[in-house]
Amino acid sequence: MTALPARLDAAEPRLSAGACAHCGVPVTPGAGRFCCAGCEGAAALISGLGFGAFYRKRESAAGGIRPTALPPVDFAARAVPSRGGAEHSLDLMVAGLTCGACVWLVEQALAADTDVLRARASLATRRLTVTWRGPAERAEALASLVARLGFQVAPWSAACLRATEDEEGKALLRALGIAAFGASNVMMLSVAVWVGSDMGEGTRGLMHWLAALIALPVVLVAGMPFYRSAVGAIRAGRVNMDLAVSLGVLATTAMSLSEAVRNGPYTWFDGATALLALLLGGRVLDRAARRRARQACAELLALQSAEVTRLEADGTAHRLGAEAVRPGDRLLVAPGERLALDGVLEEGEALLDTAATSGESLPRRFAAGAAMPAGAVNLGAALVQRVTAGAAEGSLAAVARLLERAEQARGRYVSVADRAARLYVPVVHMVAAATFLGWWLGVGVSWQAALVPAVASLIVTCPCGLAIAVPAVQVVAVGALFRRGVLVGSPTALERLAACDVAVLDKTGTLTTGRPELLPDPARPEGALEAAAALAASSRHPLSRALVAACPVPVHAAEAVEEIPGAGLLHGEERLGSASFCGAGESMEQEGPTLWYRAGPQAAPVAFRFADPLRPDAAEAVEALRRLGLEVELLSGDAPAAVARAAASLGIAKWRAAATPTDKAARIEALRAAGRRPLMLGDGINDAAALALAHASATPAGGTDLAQAAADLVLRAEGLSALPAAVRTARRAQRAARQNIAFSLAYNIVAVPMAVLGFVTPLIASLVMASSSLAVILNALRVGREASE
Amino acid sequence: MNALALLVPLALGLGTLALLFFGWTLGNGQYDDPEGAASRILFDDTKENS
Repeated sequence: MTALPARLDAAEPRLSAGACAHCGVPVTPGAGRFCCAGCEGAAALISGLGFGAFYRKRESAAGGIRPTALPPVDFAARAVPSRGGAEHSLDLMVAGLTCGACVWLVEQALAADTDVLRARASLATRRLTVTWRGPAERAEALASLVARLGFQVAPWSAACLRATEDEEGKALLRALGIAAFGASNVMMLSVAVWVGSDMGEGTRGLMHWLAALIALPVVLVAGMPFYRSAVGAIRAGRVNMDLAVSLGVLATTAMSLSEAVRNGPYTWFDGATALLALLLGGRVLDRAARRRARQACAELLALQSAEVTRLEADGTAHRLGAEAVRPGDRLLVAPGERLALDGVLEEGEALLDTAATSGESLPRRFAAGAAMPAGAVNLGAALVQRVTAGAAEGSLAAVARLLERAEQARGRYVSVADRAARLYVPVVHMVAAATFLGWWLGVGVSWQAALVPAVASLIVTCPCGLAIAVPAVQVVAVGALFRRGVLVGSPTALERLAACDVAVLDKTGTLTTGRPELLPDPARPEGALEAAAALAASSRHPLSRALVAACPVPVHAAEAVEEIPGAGLLHGEERLGSASFCGAGESMEQEGPTLWYRAGPQAAPVAFRFADPLRPDAAEAVEALRRLGLEVELLSGDAPAAVARAAASLGIAKWRAAATPTDKAARIEALRAAGRRPLMLGDGINDAAALALAHASATPAGGTDLAQAAADLVLRAEGLSALPAAVRTARRAQRAARQNIAFSLAYNIVAVPMAVLGFVTPLIASLVMASSSLAVILNALRVGREASE
Repeated sequence: MNALALLVPLALGLGTLALLFFGWTLGNGQYDDPEGAASRILFDDTKENS
């Protein structure tokens, strides 16, 4: 390692007292400088590498940099060899890269390893490429180094690539460059014609032909994105805004060419190229805003993707992708791992958290031979699963197919811009045709001269202002929501969200945190909680974990605790578990999940009651939705008692419990059939179908990957209050989009008669075009300002 | 007219050069990570093992 600059020696991270010196989460005063041992380790690692400057470089402790565990993935197998195997490189998706300091830290920490040849992280795509000298097996160690710094890592997946390798975006950017080049150079020649009133006829002709020389290829190449979309629309028998733009640009170019041939006073090549440049600029910004959201979604999904462990006939274990597993294979599922495929339990007993597949808030027990659904999480000991259906035909694939169908239905949604285009395109072209015929046959000028006012009326009707009216609002609204932690993936999502009039909410994991919490009990004997927690520390059952989490003092796990499946924990004379296991009466079982603890055969059993608590902002969010005029319904797969309790505390009158995924989808269908526009909020695999069918849908960040794929919006920020805010922003955006369209149309009432009467010169046309676009953009900016308030 | 014969091709040539340069930067992936590049200029002690 090279010597470190002296000023890096002051490695002490300085942060205000009361916050963890590494990750910045609040720490109780006097509890030390770090919130957990992991953060202390990460800080030691960072200052040990001499990178204490990281704490000064980073702008804010946005959280999410606590040390993380490496996902169960074979990183070495993904390393790509080069130079005959002497070197390897690996692409990783690094979540939590939030600022330049993070990039610096990750790159420098890897470069500190003398075998690492190159480490380059991209802040925009979250992609880290590291190249090292030596065997592929180093991959694991390098990935774990990044994980120990506090960044979640996952292999760079095909989905990440799709979200970032944006070929279409690149083509747009290239088209924008070409159009900007053409517009500026043509404008240079046009201005010479406009101001050069004493210019000779020959010189003017030269200027016209030079402009044509530049403009013709530019219009042909840079207009491709519009022509392609217009042709697609015509094939589908529809009319869209791109058709209006394409026709306007092509007609202007053709008319200018005819003016150049007969050496008329003006050509309009500048208008055609400037129009393309302006619209492409809007298109590029629109795409960039949505690309960020798509990438963030792919990032969340990549963190969930994992491999499975297959047990071979010879007893060895082998890690591989879930898609390669055939029915009949035996898989080993580690504690805490999510089942990737449907299958039956081969032996023993299993405790699975099925909240994601059915919505039940309490884990379910499975006996040997029982069918276990993909998506459930193993809470007990490691288990062996015999796969019954491969990835392509299992229950998850069925849901995915359903999503695809719903997605196609959603693709047919007609946006407000296209609805405006349906009216606008025929009217404008009829006016242009009438102008041409009027001048040619009515007034009796040559057909070339009649073409000028006709095309002028086409270009001043501002397909520009109209075409930019909705994208400008979209860019601003999507950007404002992104900053609030709401990811908007679909182009029409905001429009659909604004129109929703009924909200259907899932309970487990959506309105509630999905983790049970211990209820306070003043009658509980002193010391009972500590003693019970000592037993519970050795179990993965959610209630045991909640008990340990609720214990105010550090828990010292009791040793040699025996777990009796389906009953509880045994440690000498002490027992912790169900009522019958601890010899308590069954009468209390109805009041929600309860654990019993008995210190000995003579001691009285002590009850610990739990509840799946509502998210702290759930009531506020429900109230806000109601104030926005949305009717609120609760639709849950959980037991009636738990759903009724949640509904009562949120004041929701309409609720339904024990709903299967089909029930949920059916309810959404019924609402749609009744002419309502439902907004679905859910997080589980059991919600995915309903999410896809709903008019608009949202999922909290912790949701399953299928739910995220199905939903229009992902609420990345913790909490639900972002949803009413998103509805408000969507409605404001919708209002601004309508205003913009109305404004662009109103503009035409003045501009069109002038053009039809032949008063419009290219100079006036470009002024009209620029001013209407500017007005529309300024109006769109208001949406972002109000949204961030 | 003589001035035009010189200046117009010159202006167009420079413009084309700029366009080609833009195409090169685009193909080179220089717009892939605008935020990262913005903060990268602040790093002072980048070293690469070779």
